[in-house]
Amino acid sequence: MTTNQLSVRTGNNSSIIGVSAVLGIFLLFALLMMAFAKDAGMGTQALTFLVLGGGLFIGIGMWAGSLIDRDPFDESRYEDTLVKFGVAASMFWGLAGLLVGVIIALQLTWPSVFYFPEFGWTNFGRLRPLHTSAVIFAFGGNVLLATSFYVVQRTCRTRLAGGMWPWFVFWGYQIFIFLAATGYLLGITQSKEYAEPEWYVDLWLTLVWVVYLLVFLGTLWKRKEPHIYVANWFYLSFIVTIAMLHIVNNLSIPVSLTGSKSVQVFAGVQDAMTQWWYGHNAVGFFLTTGFLAIMYYFIPKRVNRPVYSYRLSIVHFWSLIFIYIWAGPHHLHYTALPQWAQTLGMTFSIMLWMPSWGGMINGVMTLSGAWDKLRTDPVVRMMVVSLAFYGMSTFEGPLMSVRAVNSLSHYTEWGIGHVHSGALGWVGYISFGALYCLVPWLYKRKGLFSKSLVEWHFWISTIGIIFYMVSMWFAGIMEGLMWRAYNEYGFLEYSFVETVEAKHISYIIRMLGGLLYFSGAAIMAYNLIRTALGHGEATELETATDPYAKPEPRAALAPAE
Amino acid sequence: MYEFLSSFAQTGGLIYFVVMFACALAYALWPRNQEKFDAAARLPLSDGGPSDD
Repeated sequence: MTTNQLSVRTGNNSSIIGVSAVLGIFLLFALLMMAFAKDAGMGTQALTFLVLGGGLFIGIGMWAGSLIDRDPFDESRYEDTLVKFGVAASMFWGLAGLLVGVIIALQLTWPSVFYFPEFGWTNFGRLRPLHTSAVIFAFGGNVLLATSFYVVQRTCRTRLAGGMWPWFVFWGYQIFIFLAATGYLLGITQSKEYAEPEWYVDLWLTLVWVVYLLVFLGTLWKRKEPHIYVANWFYLSFIVTIAMLHIVNNLSIPVSLTGSKSVQVFAGVQDAMTQWWYGHNAVGFFLTTGFLAIMYYFIPKRVNRPVYSYRLSIVHFWSLIFIYIWAGPHHLHYTALPQWAQTLGMTFSIMLWMPSWGGMINGVMTLSGAWDKLRTDPVVRMMVVSLAFYGMSTFEGPLMSVRAVNSLSHYTEWGIGHVHSGALGWVGYISFGALYCLVPWLYKRKGLFSKSLVEWHFWISTIGIIFYMVSMWFAGIMEGLMWRAYNEYGFLEYSFVETVEAKHISYIIRMLGGLLYFSGAAIMAYNLIRTALGHGEATELETATDPYAKPEPRAALAPAE
Repeated sequence: MYEFLSSFAQTGGLIYFVVMFACALAYALWPRNQEKFDAAARLPLSDGGPSDD
């Protein structure tokens, strides 16, 4: 105890030096790239990195400098501050991404009103990847970072490994998002769907992601619990596979080491196949296995029931990852891709029905003995409805992968509707459910600020999703039929612009659906902020008065109601 | 060379994946593992702090 009287650093602080050193090297690179930038875009991007990375560098320095008499990486406590940051970032990027979605929906609905030729960066072509990347990688990615860091610590009963490195992962990921987003607005893109960032941003993300993998593996390595819980398997497959997909799909050679443009290594149909191997597995391993991990932890925890069948969860895991990786070619029906490869993709997509539905059933049946929670707890209802949407979109997806169906559905709004029933219904709702769980647990509150606001969020968003889905089904099938209609002389019945005009009403309904969904998320953000502040029903837990008595907010489980 | 490599990848890959998956299935369905899995299914419900094992 006498050491506490001396002003000395405690604990192992070498990771702080490691993070600072890596950051310092990259800041030096950025400085050189800015000085010798071949194009204005690269100059701006390098400056952006210098400002953000420099801010982080100084921030770490100031924080570490004031670390006296306190071990910042105390092994007897969980790293929860980082999870709080992750929750805040998820909420921020979620709102930003959904808002951009509403804006581009408005642009499609009234293209002459929401078109500003004097501001090139507001063009649909630049805002669309901003929307997709913001909701998938910024919102979804931060939810996965936050929940994976939360879950791996609890289920391994140990603190996150790596000291400062998990913080590097978090801030490095935010810098990646910011560079990618501003790059799109500047017109910097490598034109690969869901992989638009150029080579230097890809390299930065690779570094961040490898550190993420090492932090996760390191935490598993020092676990106190002999069994590795199934959610961690799902998280691990997500991290490993995304690393592999990201690296292979972004194999490119920069035109200049100080320029923003690069050239892909693959060409033609090989490039297309690599892209959709990446693209579909981004759906499979980012938007599915990662969020299934959330399901396997947060649903049992919230309803206080064991996983319905742990055996099924193991079969679910292995069959899903064995099958998903082959499904990509269904994006390239009727293209130069060999027919056998198309058929392979289609066959594996249909086989995905089984693990998808097996997993969904396992999640829903976990409520056995606690079905009343569907009525009394809107957060549980949100998560179960997310599983219903998961079941629905994983039924629809294989159907659309069948070549004959695809000939009608491909390139139409049906695809957009399908993606959004999965994204808004499944990914969105399971994430919202996790965030609603996490904030009271992290801030040691009895419950959320207002349960009725959760009800409002749930119903407004659900109506929004239904507007979105139904209007896009309608628009998609209509335009698919219009494209293939012939008149009695064998000419096409409709010109392209007629098919666009016919979708106007559907576009209005879709925009309304998006606006409703965004409004629901805004209500959630308000509710969560008030919860963190301890207002309303979010009173402090008694056990939380002494934070050192019980480092784990376990009592938060006892429902407030 | 191409013929050899492709047949090796296709046949070998098929056998490798089927065997791997069979192992995963056997692990999941092995009766002796039932007790371990029952405990694992309750893992999220009881998570004390990192200090109390």
